[in-house]
Amino acid sequence: MMAPAVVLLLGWMLVPLTMTLFFSFKKYLPLRGGDLGWVGFENYVRFVSSSSFWPAVGTTLLIVGGVLVITVLLGIALALLLDQPIWGQGIVRILVIAPFFVMPTVSGLVWKNMFMDPVNGFFAHIWRLFGAEPIQWLSHASMPSLVMIISWQWLPFATLILLTAIQSMDFEQLEAAEMDGARPVGRFWFITLPHLARAITVVILIQTIFLLSIFAEIFVTTAGAFGTKTLTYLIFQRVLESQNVGLGSAGGVYAIILANIVAVFLLRIVGKNLDA
Amino acid sequence: MQLTKFVCTATAATLLACGVAQADTLTIATVNNGDMIRMQGLTDDFTAKTGHKVEWVTLEENVLRQRVTTDITTKGGAFDIMTIGMYETPIWGKNGWLVPLNDLSAGYNVDDILPAMAGGLSYDGTLFAAPFYGESSMIMYRTDLMAKAGLEMPAAPSWSFIAKAAREMTDRDNEINGICLRGKAGWGEGGAFITAMSNSFGARWFDDEWNAQFDTREWSDTLNFYVNMMNDAGPAGFATNGFNENLSLFQQGKCGMWIDATVAASFVTNPKDSTVADKVGFALAPDNGMGVRSNWLWAWALAIPAGTQKEAAAKQFIEWATSNGYIELVAANEGWANVPPGARTSLYENANYKDIPFAKMTLDSILSADPNNSTVDPSPYVGIQFAAIPEFAGIATEVSQEFSAAYAGQQTVEEALAKAQALTNDAMEAAGYR
Amino acid sequence: MARATSNRQKLITSIIAWAAAIVIFFPILWIIVLSFKAEGDAIRTPLGVLTSSWTLDSYAVVQDRSDYLKHFFNSVIVAVGSTLLGILVAVPAAWSMAFVPSKRTRGILMWMLSTKMLPAVGVLYPIYLLFIQLGILDSRTGLVIVLMLINLPIIVWMLYTYFREIPAEILEAARMDGAGMRAELLYVLTPMAIPGIASTMLLNVILAWNEAFWTLNLTAAKAAPLTAFIASYSSPEGLFYAKLSAASVMAIAPILVMGWFSQKQLVRGLTFGAVK
Repeated sequence: MMAPAVVLLLGWMLVPLTMTLFFSFKKYLPLRGGDLGWVGFENYVRFVSSSSFWPAVGTTLLIVGGVLVITVLLGIALALLLDQPIWGQGIVRILVIAPFFVMPTVSGLVWKNMFMDPVNGFFAHIWRLFGAEPIQWLSHASMPSLVMIISWQWLPFATLILLTAIQSMDFEQLEAAEMDGARPVGRFWFITLPHLARAITVVILIQTIFLLSIFAEIFVTTAGAFGTKTLTYLIFQRVLESQNVGLGSAGGVYAIILANIVAVFLLRIVGKNLDA
Repeated sequence: MQLTKFVCTATAATLLACGVAQADTLTIATVNNGDMIRMQGLTDDFTAKTGHKVEWVTLEENVLRQRVTTDITTKGGAFDIMTIGMYETPIWGKNGWLVPLNDLSAGYNVDDILPAMAGGLSYDGTLFAAPFYGESSMIMYRTDLMAKAGLEMPAAPSWSFIAKAAREMTDRDNEINGICLRGKAGWGEGGAFITAMSNSFGARWFDDEWNAQFDTREWSDTLNFYVNMMNDAGPAGFATNGFNENLSLFQQGKCGMWIDATVAASFVTNPKDSTVADKVGFALAPDNGMGVRSNWLWAWALAIPAGTQKEAAAKQFIEWATSNGYIELVAANEGWANVPPGARTSLYENANYKDIPFAKMTLDSILSADPNNSTVDPSPYVGIQFAAIPEFAGIATEVSQEFSAAYAGQQTVEEALAKAQALTNDAMEAAGYR
Repeated sequence: MARATSNRQKLITSIIAWAAAIVIFFPILWIIVLSFKAEGDAIRTPLGVLTSSWTLDSYAVVQDRSDYLKHFFNSVIVAVGSTLLGILVAVPAAWSMAFVPSKRTRGILMWMLSTKMLPAVGVLYPIYLLFIQLGILDSRTGLVIVLMLINLPIIVWMLYTYFREIPAEILEAARMDGAGMRAELLYVLTPMAIPGIASTMLLNVILAWNEAFWTLNLTAAKAAPLTAFIASYSSPEGLFYAKLSAASVMAIAPILVMGWFSQKQLVRGLTFGAVK
């Protein structure tokens, strides 16, 4: 019964993967007549020896790591907050999850123009109101800005999963701890946090999968300038802007390798947690 | 009405009644500039005249480029007409991907297209795309601020005058920047400006052996001059300003001078959008006394991908959209100041257009740009703010990203130039030039 | 659930929670405000924006300029179609993995997830060529297939984690009672699995609705969904905040409303097995 899904996935993975591998050994320049023959590992060597390669790997990991840290920490805080009895809980929760429904393109455009624009953006107006010089968000603080935009999109997801996990917690245990005189910090550290471990690993796993291939947000905000070129973006530049499919394909193979390194690393941690 | 048309079309296919040959639906990819949006609004006129319907795919410039390039190189056939520029046309035409436009009707008067435009949109003497509008670049300046600074703009100023004027006009307390220029990364944005500017400083992209020239003194002079001037007299955050950001600044009265596309003239003089509409003067883009000015040449043009089933209808559309008739249609609806400029000679001989304040300077700017002779020292490429080779867009985007990082102060001009030099040579090697 | 909380404490947590919710929701709120302003007013200071007059002009312009309904219906068909197709393929696979696990189950599952990390742009040319060959360029069918395949790993995994929480004893009991396989599926499993399937579908609709790479690059006029509609509103000329805001609101409103209404269902199944 597993067959159809597995076969489809196999096809999806193998057809493009085979084609990517095929092109990566070719000199394939669409604007120069397409297939210009085999070149061995030349594309692979060229892709890594480009001065943009290692910075791109670094940027990728920085974005993934930065967003993970922010969303997990703020997500725990928000989940704890939303778990408390508050007035208008339903509405608060709706407002908090809203960013998750916003298209990445829209979110990028909105943050870039309506908020981070140094002349007409919302932040610029606020900064000027206090007599400060507006920040050039996307040029002088490009990475923090991007991490902020992407975190905004993914915070609701982390919050939701963590909140569900908190709500499934055993209250008797907590109350017992309370009676034993455990302080709130201690209760959080020794009871809540261990309980959340599984939820946190799930958040990390799912988000990493999506964050490794983040593209739209960078495309509409900085277009890869000011040190925001991720590996995915670098491949985009090679394939579509430079129209060098062979070189881009070699980059694609590297990206798959990086993704798998991260995946193996992650799955080892997460897999253990999930089976427990 | 709708029903009759439908019946008519349906029968036409089988009986060839109704007098109309066959009604096609054209899929047209275009950029979301104001003139194209206007064209979309006037499509009904085309449908009424020919019976063909039009479906628009309107995209932001970068998305459009990536979209049409993928389609043309794979012969995807998703579009019947593509809006492309002076950079793509000769490359695609050379590859045989575009339908030659050498059999347009006599009434269209193809010889009326400005020679500079027709030349840039041809390969080997054959026209492959018809210009919808054409542009060069020029100086737009505030006459009131210039007078206040006690200066007078010459018709053809030099860079040293511009730098001096920019510093004099700057008034930070009143949010007035002496000069606004593009700094945004992207070969069609800041890349286009700095390349055109570098030409007047005697720089070039490549020497005759296709070696990158960023290690030359000319490039270093260009970038240092630009950065110093912009730091003293430019707006904050100029490293991310492109055409639109500068337009907005100028319209809000925050720029003393702005050197950019001639099409901007109609926006800054339009009282509806511009707070300074009646205080704008125009001058030729500056030079450095080396015989080359820093203005570029560009056209947005319509082309037909080879292999389309609807070639005849597509040609009809192109004839409609780039004709004098269309210009008159826009003039009747929106006024002469808003017609698509820079494509046809007759527009500049038209009595109605002569009174438009920027008409003459636009034409002079276009006429002073020569893509075949754009650099002081000889270069192996055609093009002013670009080199018409397939690899240029990718390389220049990366180079301009390095430049923008230097504008933002994240690296020095020298570091940016060194990186540009390395990556350009590397890419040219990959493409097999060196 | 009853925990002794003083009203004062509730008030304080409520204020903090509301403040956090409003900060998170603010970007969306702000574009809703801007979408009802004239272009010239949309770039004013926040106070200036709020005190300026309200107008529907931007919506009128957007409606006049692009065929919103066409894009909207394409988005609906593509998002819903790919989700239904995905569920159809994934349920049997997840079902057998959860109830008839083999040694390779976990490996296959993790491998499925890692296919999600393939950088889309690296395979653009291969897929584009494939689509031309199959004649499904610029067709909703093509998009449905691609988006289904892209999200399939997530669907399978979500369903698997959900199914696994259904106690196997219940199924065995049903079997002992003489219920056939069909009855087992229909009367026992289905009611228990519906919440999980529902939230999986919801998540998938959201992901498909927001997907902006393939939907943009594989379409022209006919099949272009709302992501393509948005791509024409970041204008290179003149003021565009109000128009961009209006277009953004139109693009995200349907999915936002759907998300809000189905919030409870979404949360119930969005656990990825994190809650036990």
